[in-house]
This record gives sequence, C-alpha cells and structure tokens, in this order.
Amino acid sequence: MSEYLILIYQDESDPFWRDEANGEGLMKEHMAFGEKHGAALRGGNALHPTASATSVRHGIGGKVAVTDGAFVETKEALGGYYLIEAANLDEALAIAKDVPAPNGGVEVRPIMPT
Amino acid sequence: MAEAHRSEWAYVLAATMSVTHDIDVAEECVQEAYARALTDWTANGIPHKTGAWLTTVARRLAIDQRRRRATHERLLPMLAPDDEGSSEGARGVDIVDDRLRLIFTCCHPALDLETQISLTLRFVCGLTTSEVARAFLIKESAMAARLTRAKKKIALSHIPYHVPAAKELPDRIDAVLDVVHLVFTTGHTAPSGADLVRDDLTTRALQLARMLRELLPQDPGVAGLLALILLTDSRRTTRTSSDGGLVLLSDQDRSQWDREAIDEGIGLVRESLRHRPPSRFALMAAIAAVHAEAPSFSETDWKEIVSMYELLLLTWPSPVVALNRAVAVGFAEGPLAGLAMLDELSGDPFLAHYTYYECARADFLFRIGRTNEALASYEFALELSENEVERAFIERRCRSIKAEVEAL
Repeated sequence: MSEYLILIYQDESDPFWRDEANGEGLMKEHMAFGEKHGAALRGGNALHPTASATSVRHGIGGKVAVTDGAFVETKEALGGYYLIEAANLDEALAIAKDVPAPNGGVEVRPIMPT
Repeated sequence: MAEAHRSEWAYVLAATMSVTHDIDVAEECVQEAYARALTDWTANGIPHKTGAWLTTVARRLAIDQRRRRATHERLLPMLAPDDEGSSEGARGVDIVDDRLRLIFTCCHPALDLETQISLTLRFVCGLTTSEVARAFLIKESAMAARLTRAKKKIALSHIPYHVPAAKELPDRIDAVLDVVHLVFTTGHTAPSGADLVRDDLTTRALQLARMLRELLPQDPGVAGLLALILLTDSRRTTRTSSDGGLVLLSDQDRSQWDREAIDEGIGLVRESLRHRPPSRFALMAAIAAVHAEAPSFSETDWKEIVSMYELLLLTWPSPVVALNRAVAVGFAEGPLAGLAMLDELSGDPFLAHYTYYECARADFLFRIGRTNEALASYEFALELSENEVERAFIERRCRSIKAEVEAL
C-alpha cells in the first residue's frame, strides 16, 4: 500500500463561494465522500482562503522575510487536502475523481515513504 | 534477424515484468539473461525455444532478486517501502496478459502523451533507446533522460502493472488507441525530415494494432483502428514517385494498392461499424474504405464521404475533421462550395498554421480561376511545411501555375 496526498485546488474568486447554500451543499458532499472512502482515508482538512495566508520566504544570506498572502499567487489556490492510502495510482485516482471540487480539481501526489 | 530479436526481447521483458512489477528491474534481469545466453549457448548449443529459455532465466533472476530484497527488508523494517507482496511469480507464464498489462502501464494517462509513445516503442515494440530517439528526431541522451524520468514516475507514484478495472477500461483502451494512432500518423506523413513516409513507424503501428486485436478481439475501437491503418497503409507505395516526390490521391496508381490489406481492412470496417455508436476510428476507417473501393478518383462517392465526416464531427469535433469535410464538399459539390466552407474555418487558430489547410484553399482557388490568390496560398503553405517532400510538391505546383499563367 502507498500513501497519496490529494490536493484540492479551486478558484476562490468564483461567485459560487458567495452563496452560503453552496458551501453547505459542498460540506454534505465531503461528508458523503468521507463515508464512501472512509477505509482509505488517513486524514484531511479544509483550509481558510489564501487571504488568511502568511508566507515565510528564505532569501539570500539567510534573511527570512514574512509576507502577507499565498506563497505562489495562482488563479486556482490550494483549498484543502485528503491523505489517503491506496494499492496503486489507479486506486488513488478512482478516489480522487470522487473528491468534491467545484470550479476546480485535485492533484494527486505520492508520499515518500519514511 | 534484428526484427526477431526485437520482438523476442519485448516478450521476455513483458513476462519478467509480471514478476518484478518494475520496468528498471525487469530490464536488468532481461539483460543479464541475454548475457548468460551468450556463454551458455556457446557451450551447450542454442536451445530449441530461445524465447522460452530467456524468459525462464530472466524470471528466475527476478524472483531471486525479489527474495533477496524481501530478506533485506525484513532486516531493515524501518526502511522498507510498503510494497504489495504479490505471489504471481509462481504462476504459469501468460504472455498475452503480460503484454496487455505492459501496454496499459506504458499508455497510462498519468504520463504525458509523448512519454506514453516513447515507452510503448521502447518496451512494447522493443526498439532500442536510440531508435526511439530517431522516431522523435531528438538526441539519444534526451530520449534516455525522458525514459528514465518516466520509469521514475511509474515507480514513485505506483502506476500499476495490470489490466484496468471494467469501469475504467473503455477510457484506457481509447488512450492506448490514441498512442498507436499517433505512431501511425507520425510515420504516415513525417512532420519534418527528408522522407514523406517513415516506414519504421508505420510498421510499428501496424504491429501494435495487430497485437491489440489479438489481445482484445471484441473491442470495436481496436478493430476500427486496425482497419484504418490497413486501409491507409495499403496506398503506401503509391504515395511517392520513384524519385521520392509526393503523389496525390487523385494521381495514384490504384492497381498498385495492396488489395490484401484492403480486403482485410474492409472486413474489419464492417465488423466495427456494427457497434453503435461507431467509434471514431471505425468512422475514419469507413472513409478510407470508400476511397479504397473507388475504381478511380472521379468515381469516388464523395457524398458518402461528406456524410461520414459529418458523423465524425458530431462525435469527435476537431479542426482537421472540419477541414477534411470541407475538402470532401469541394469534390462532391464543386470547388466554390468547398472554398466557402474552408473560409468559414479561417478563424481557427490551429488551421491558421496548418499546411494542408493552405494547400486545400490554393487548390480550390486555382480551380475557380483565382490564380494569383492560389499562388499566394501555396507560397504561405511553403512557409508552414517542414517536410522536404511536401515542400518539393508545393514548389512544383507553384512552378506549374506560373508557367500556365505565362502561357496565356
């Protein structure tokens, strides 16, 4: 078995998020996802939007700069993740396809065994 | 001889993969088996079934290696990668399944398309790294790096070595068909270089399609693709003149078309069209079949071809299909109608840089007497084409049009 991190990316500026009912609906979808794939889930969380992010950047000469905002500014930002266990990439992708991610998608990354 | 070696190597590799589940390790075991063959066969004579001998040795090496690794991992439990301990190493050799599994690994959608093609040529067809590099017209070192990266991704992300589950299978077969089709089209009209046709690639594609047909005999997409390749390739020898020049469909010597390939292709078209809705490749093959059955260019059933391109546009809309339909309309209803349809496509960003689009426009313009515009179109096409045979053809057309203008 291998572990994979499923990173959920979504467009934060999409009007979808302004409607509270959408947020509640999405929560239910995540609950349903959790029930369906409970056996494979090892963890997961939703993140606050990138407006709440603080970046810490290491510069030349060991200087550390703390700045407001996401580390990389992109249209679609990381909004949450799941940690899963699967036999192979096909199994991981089958689970990834079920992750609710309106106006976005997910990235699947194998985790280095420690 | 080289050909026999290539296919045998690929068989041995696929069979060894079922033990190792790792291309790198399988490659090493196969290489070692060949090295042992060299000394063993010199001493004891060449065995009756060389492939079976090599497979047995390579698989035994792989099983030994796995045992060693398992022992190692027991001693170092904290460092052990969490690998599924499969036991099919002891099972009988199932060549058919081995090769099919390997194709699905090589053509996994998690790899980019060029990588899928490279892996397939290298490990399923058994081409050497330098031969695969030549297919892409890149340096051997660049191809070696690409293959290494790909093998690393397969290993790290655990791209499985198996036939996908039924739910995924249709999509995954489509991905494999796309790879084989791309190998064929790249060979059929080489995007650049000195030759119009790259026989090495068209031959590989035909081989792959035949293999898929053997492994997935019920699949209508596979039947369609094999038909398309057979029917298109049946014209191979007539597409270039003795001096290497391009010969258009209208000028090809139809008596030289490969009838055996055409008959086999038409049989497969019928079979694949029985499936509803027909697959993309079945429709494309059906169009090729209309050409193959026409006694001459002027007697081609262009209306039938137009209607099939329309069907194709519904299921597989693409600028090239739209272009082909416009050209077919030009022959079914006349150059004016064809030109009007081509002009409707003028805004398409892909076709704006597509040699065939400019050539088709030039031809229709010439036919309705707009000679200067035709010349301009050919000259633009010349700027777009990087295939030398194609360029020579366009230059010839330009010269003959200019000569005609001067004669008036």
